[in-house]
Amino acid sequence: MEKIIEIKNLTYAYPNQTKAALQNLSLTVNRGAWVALIGHNGSGKSTLAKLLNHLLTPSDGQILIDQIPVDDEHVDVIRNRVGMVFQNPDNQFVGATVADDVAFGLENRQMPHAQMQERVQMVLEEVHMWEFAEREPAHLSGGQKQRVAIASALAIEPQILILDEATAMLDPKGRFEMMEEVRQLKADLGPDLTVISITHDIDEAASADQVIVLNDGQLVETGTPDEIFTDAQKLQALGLDVPFAEQLKAKLAARGVAVPTQYETMEGMAEWIWQLISKK
Amino acid sequence: MFNKILIGRFIPGHSLVHRLDARVKLIVSIAFIFVIFLATSWPSYLWASAFTLLVVMMTGLGLRVYLRGIRPLIYLMLFTTALQILFVTTGPIWWQWGWLKITEDGVVNGIAIFIRFLLIILISTVLTLTTAPLDLADAMEQLLQPLKKIGVPVAELALMLSIALRFIPTLLDEAEKIVNAQRARGVRFNEGNLLQRVKAFVPVLIPLFINAIKRAIELGDAMEARGYRGDVERTKYRQHHWQINDTVALLSFIIFSCALAWLRYIFG
Repeated sequence: MEKIIEIKNLTYAYPNQTKAALQNLSLTVNRGAWVALIGHNGSGKSTLAKLLNHLLTPSDGQILIDQIPVDDEHVDVIRNRVGMVFQNPDNQFVGATVADDVAFGLENRQMPHAQMQERVQMVLEEVHMWEFAEREPAHLSGGQKQRVAIASALAIEPQILILDEATAMLDPKGRFEMMEEVRQLKADLGPDLTVISITHDIDEAASADQVIVLNDGQLVETGTPDEIFTDAQKLQALGLDVPFAEQLKAKLAARGVAVPTQYETMEGMAEWIWQLISKK
Repeated sequence: MFNKILIGRFIPGHSLVHRLDARVKLIVSIAFIFVIFLATSWPSYLWASAFTLLVVMMTGLGLRVYLRGIRPLIYLMLFTTALQILFVTTGPIWWQWGWLKITEDGVVNGIAIFIRFLLIILISTVLTLTTAPLDLADAMEQLLQPLKKIGVPVAELALMLSIALRFIPTLLDEAEKIVNAQRARGVRFNEGNLLQRVKAFVPVLIPLFINAIKRAIELGDAMEARGYRGDVERTKYRQHHWQINDTVALLSFIIFSCALAWLRYIFG
């Protein structure tokens, strides 16, 4: 598998702070993967996201995106490859209307007007927001604003989409719809889009291809969900939740039911329960 | 509490005036302020008033909307008129009391000033009622383009203006939330004397400012992440096309102004 992100010995300390927000972090992400970045508050997740887009400059170490070093010299190229969706729906809505907001990134790249119109319509249709193109943000729900934010990020055709707790401020319905939208996009674009989702939603992380666990600015572990989530005690010690399927397994085991030892997704557990019931 | 504050007072519509390019409306509104000084005789005032009324009728918005636009300025208008009446002391004296006197010239001047004032307010109300704030901001940016040559950051100013307009409803919402939160904790905003009421608003303004700064920082990150860098030229998504109607409107205004100049020449 081709690597799209390579992080080597990355350290970052915020100005005027002695303790580094990220310490000696090294990891790689494969092209086309869906990566979940988890960790409790202050573990350095958002700092890492900002470093990937050169919104912050590393104190030490190096990041390569698509073999290109992330530094002052390559900042434009990097930002053409990395799109970001932030947490607060209002604070990333730059344009006066939905269409203006999507066009903002294109205007910055001096795209000609005709092409810009085409692109704005295309990405807004992709996230099912085209009918709202002329709406002002004050007349949109949080979930709709976040879908516009996705469209704005996608408009520049990035290879990597970073969701920095993008669903944290939405209600459950908005959260579900937004994640469905991203899943659909990922399914359409396949290996052309790498998704890095910083999340508190452990069930969302459980469906990722790769999970990265950060704690106090250090990499705890990285691997597939089944490698990470089977060690419930370790996750809980880090202040993290355990996916629902694993919680269910633990509770069933406590009642003396012989549960599968390997990691199971929600669907896997449902399947297993059906089999268990039909055997009786 | 805050929804009473109307922003921009824009009323959407489909009238001919609504559909005019914001640039035409802006140019005409500003030019009108100067052109109106050509009116010095009754026929010219009649002519200017007829033009203004025609424009007002063409917006398709009821007269009541315009009266609401005039109301906040009525005292200023009356004050200016009163000054003219009392302090222009030439011409036949109509009434005198000590050093105070009202003369014919004073009254004529006062009425003239009142009409000028009224017409200027009506025309600028037409502008704000029929033009979306964003279009107005775009029009300003385009009309200020020449200032770029002397180093005025026109594009940046226009972007700041459009972001400020975009965040007004957001900040009003937030202010309302803070007010409600304070109310729930027992703060009373509409009791006590003026000083007490003003004081009650300090705990609203502080969190509002802090949040506004926080928002600005996050917005800055979001803008940079999308490739914004103040130092390079940007293309514009929003384009305005000058149409035949716009040319006709501008020509009509020029004809109106020439006629006004001609009336001045004839009647003095």
